[in-house]
Formats: sequence, C-alpha cells, structure tokens
Amino acid sequence: MSAPALMAQAVEVHFPGERGRTARAVDAVTLSVLPGQVVALVGESGCGKSTLARVLLGLQPTSGGEVLVGGQPLPTSRAGLKAYRRRAQLILQDPMGSLNPRQTVYEAVAEGVRIHRIGDEERRVAEALARVGLRPPERFFARYPHELSGGQRQRVVIAGALVLEPEILVADEPVSSLDASVRGEILALLLRLRAELGLTLLVVTHDLGLAWNIADRIAVMYLGRIIEEGPTEQVLADPQHPYTRALLSVVPEVARLEPIVLAGEPPDPASVPPGCRFHPRCPLLAAGLPDEVATRCRTVALPVLPAQAGHRAACHALDPTMGP
Amino acid sequence: MGLRGPMPGPEDAADLVAVAEPAAPLVVPSSRQLARARRRASRGRAWQQFRRSRPGMAGLVVLVTFATLAVLAPVLFPPETISVVDATGDPLSPPSPGFPLGTDESGRSILALVVWGARVSLVVGLAATVVSMLIGTVIGVMAGHYRGWVGMGLNRFTDWFLVIPFLPLAIVLATVLGASLLNIIIVIGITSWPGTARLVRAQTLSVSARPYLERARALGGGDLHQMTRHVLPNVMPLVLANTTLMVALAILSETTLSFLGLGDPLAPSWGALLDGAFTSGAMTVGAWWYVLPPGLCVVAVVLAFTLIGRALEAIVDPQLSGQQR
Repeated sequence: MSAPALMAQAVEVHFPGERGRTARAVDAVTLSVLPGQVVALVGESGCGKSTLARVLLGLQPTSGGEVLVGGQPLPTSRAGLKAYRRRAQLILQDPMGSLNPRQTVYEAVAEGVRIHRIGDEERRVAEALARVGLRPPERFFARYPHELSGGQRQRVVIAGALVLEPEILVADEPVSSLDASVRGEILALLLRLRAELGLTLLVVTHDLGLAWNIADRIAVMYLGRIIEEGPTEQVLADPQHPYTRALLSVVPEVARLEPIVLAGEPPDPASVPPGCRFHPRCPLLAAGLPDEVATRCRTVALPVLPAQAGHRAACHALDPTMGP
Repeated sequence: MGLRGPMPGPEDAADLVAVAEPAAPLVVPSSRQLARARRRASRGRAWQQFRRSRPGMAGLVVLVTFATLAVLAPVLFPPETISVVDATGDPLSPPSPGFPLGTDESGRSILALVVWGARVSLVVGLAATVVSMLIGTVIGVMAGHYRGWVGMGLNRFTDWFLVIPFLPLAIVLATVLGASLLNIIIVIGITSWPGTARLVRAQTLSVSARPYLERARALGGGDLHQMTRHVLPNVMPLVLANTTLMVALAILSETTLSFLGLGDPLAPSWGALLDGAFTSGAMTVGAWWYVLPPGLCVVAVVLAFTLIGRALEAIVDPQLSGQQR
C-alpha cells in the first residue's frame, strides 16, 4: 500500500457561533485517498462534507488535526499553498456561478496558467479544452459562459482545473446542478480523466447513486464524523450503519429496500448529541435494542474510524464492545 | 431524457446563436482579438440601449453642446474679452446687440464669461470626480474584500467621512490649502468619495460571495488577483454610472465653494460669476442678466449629467429599469 495521495488525520473544524456555541462542522475525521483512487464522500446537507473537502484543499483552516499530501503535511505558508494549488484542484457545484460572467472561456481556462506564470498559454488552454471534449477548442475561446449549456460550462470549469496538470481533483457536487442527461457524460469524463491522467478524485455528493457509479470507496459522513467507510460494492451491497441503510433505502435505483424515513430534527453541529451522534434519529434504537446496548448508544461516544482498507462502521449495535 | 440532448461540444455549439462565427482553426493567436471584438460588440449593444433612453439622449445633447462651447471658448471669445483691464462695455449694462447677455460690473461680456466658465466648471467637475472615484473605488473594494479588522477599519473610516458635514470640511480644507483650481479639485475629491466607497463595498460583498471567487482562490489567485480580475470588472460598470451622477455633484460643489469666495479668483467659473454678481450688488439693482445665465448653465449641466447617469445606471443594472417601468 503506497502512501495516500491525500489524507486527513483527526481533522477538526469549528466555527464560532452565537453566544459561545461552537459549531463542530468537522469533528475528528480521518480519511485517506490512495493515488488514482476515486473516493466518494457522502452525506446530507450540513454534515460537513464540503468543509472537509475545502480543508483537504487548504482553503479552510483547521481547528485541529492534520492533512497529509503524499505523506507530507499540507504547507501553511503562502508560497507553499500556492504551489500546492497546482497539485490539487477544485470543481464546484454550480458551473454558471463558478465562471466569471465577464470572462471568456479562454480567459477562464487560462486563469490558472496566468496565476502560476507557467507560460505557453495558448497551447495549454487548447489542450485542456480538447481534453474535456470541447473540440475544436479555438471555437470556444471567445465564448462567454452564458452562451454555453450547463454541461459545457462544467467542462470549461474542469478544463480550468486540468490546465494546471493537478494530481488530485476534489469535486464538490460536480453534477448536482446539471440535467440528468448531462450528468452521465460529466461523470464519464471524470472517470476517463482518471484513467488517462492517473488523477486522484475525491467526489463530494449527497447522492449515493452517483457514488455507486463512480467511486472505488465510499465514506459516509454524519454530523461531522465519518460513520461508515469501505469499498463501494461492500458498503452499498451490505450497509452496516443504520444511517447508511436509511440513505440507501431512498435511492430510487435500489428497489429492494423498504424506504426508511428518518425521524427527528435534522442534526445541529452546534449541539452534537452525547453517545452515538446518530442515536436521536436511529431507527434501530427506536425499534428497540437490548437495554445494555441502548444505554451505550445514549452515553458512550464512538471511536473515530481509522484509515485502513476494508469495510468499517461505527455503531454500538454492530459491535457492543466499541469504546471511545 | 426528453430535455436537451447530451452535449458533445461542436454539435451543441452549432445551435447556439451564431455569435462567434467559426474562426479559421489555424488563426490561433486570434483568441484575444476575438475577445476584444466581443467586447466591442457588447459596448455597441450598450450604446443601442442608451440611444433608446430619451432623457439620456437629451442629457447627452446638452452636455455635448456645453463641452463644444468650452473647447471653442478661446476661439469664440479671445482671452482679452474677459480681461478686466481690456473690458470695452459699460458696467452692468443690460443685453444689447454688442453684448447679447449684457455686461458685469467691470464691463465684460457675460456671454464670454459664461462660455469660459463652462471650461472651468467642467474641468473641475470631471477632475474632482476622477479623484473621488479613485479613492472611493480603492477603499470600497478593499473594505469589501478583506474580512476582519482591515475591512472593518476601512468601513468605519468611510462612515466617519460620511457623517462629517461636507461644507464645513470643504471650507476648512479650501482655506488651509489656499484658493487655486487644483486645490478646489482636491477638496471636492476628498470630501465626496465616501458615497462611492459605500456603493463599491456593497457590490464587492455581493461579488465576493460568488463561487468564481472561490474558484480563483482554489486556482491559487491571491487577494490582488481576486480584486483586480474578478471584483473590479464586475464593479466598474456601476461605478461608471455613479461617476456621471458624481460629476453633477462636483460641479454643484465647485459652484458653492466659488460662490462662498473659496474658488480660484482668476478662473471665471460659474460659481465665481454668481459670487461676482452677489458682491457687486447685481442682485439688488435687478441686473438679472448677470445672475440668470450662470445659474441656468449650472442647472442645465447638472441635469444633463444626472439624466445620463440614470440612463447608464439602468443599463448596467437591469433590475433598476425593471422597477421603473
């Protein structure tokens, strides 16, 4: 097992809230992405998955823990971070919003080349555009974002990231604002780029169906913590954690499961429940667990899942001996 | 799958409006020329829109007339016609064929003075606006872009300037700096920027929340890159529209200061003319020809700039024109 391309070690991100309430957006997350792997980070809105993605890119300062890039700590200096930007790039959810409406396609893609003063601008831009399937590239140079379709815009955004020849691509909901018909193409493009360029991909999504299509591994996040992680087939074919099961049961492609509708309030990162953070909404606990286990669910905190191969979940009901 | 079909680039491009006709594939360095051509086209569109605005066009006609007169002043009325020493007319004589707008207390032609005054008033108005726009834009963008104490500090600084009453500050500054045209420009410039700074800051805050700024950060762009490449281009149109309104204010300010005797005594601005009319008693003896022309000129030019500014504002901010209709 080679060194992970990207690794989070017990990363914490806290946001100061009103009246001293601190929101723990990311709470002790350990996650590793091997070179050339596609990892999907899945969870509902507000679970901290986008914050974690920004931490891994060095866009969001951490409150604790460490990020390792190829085994080295993430640089903190201005110059170090700028150099890191060439190695890791971000693709955002909304391609219309992530392109400056006053910049042409050429300017948008060339931006990275200009920032890093790489030179050979025309050739690199043309190459990047061709690589994402906008051919002939010259034809798109003078276009403005509003003249392109949603899929074309997202391709331009991807080209803008690829022009720096990164090793790592972090995609935050890369297709959730696109038409269903275009989604598949963008996903296929990402997979093709992985195969051609050996890219390491971290895809942040709320859509398990998308994760199934694209990911080698899946990490499920709930309230700032990863609660289940493993190879895609195993996680989706045999979900362990009740939360993963609930998520999976409402994916339309998976007809075999009875839909589980989670009860209770959506979680609030400013007041993480004691014990298992999922217990107030847990269908297993609601259906009745042995007293001893139920007590542990309510009082005993779960351990942080270590980064290792294999399929693991953090749940008292699965393993009554789990301790903090 | 009944929506739009999937979109391999070129085919989909074909059904887009044929804005950029397919350039010959091998003319590679043309990308920038193309972009420039596109910008020209968009400026052309803005002009078309402006032409449809009647008040805007009326303002433009008035302004062009005054600007032409101001430029031609030395030709129409040689400098000696406004010299007190070489004055040929009687003091405070009413309009006559020789002096269409009468004369002032020294026997100079009011018409000549008003035309020369257009020169001073326009120059001061434009120059003061440039000063105020530069200060306002720089401070506004920085106040909006930098979070934390830098932004806070700049914002408080702007507020502080905003609540200082204009006239006392301008009078103090003009007295301290001395009466000259350049000083008048500086005084008006540094007393009128807070409004621009406020506007620019608000716009910067809204632009800063757009994802393309996060993308620029992820690409490795620093603060300067973000401000000059992304914030400024999106803020500038509004600033330019605001500028035209500002010129009107600057001209009014210049008139006010000159009327109070703080202007350049050697430069015959409209405000200085009104001051002359006041001190020579023209208003009490009923010499209306001395008071009305400069006053009406101020009103006309200020109105012209305001009309143009409003029309431009409606073009750069389509929401505004929607509300008016």
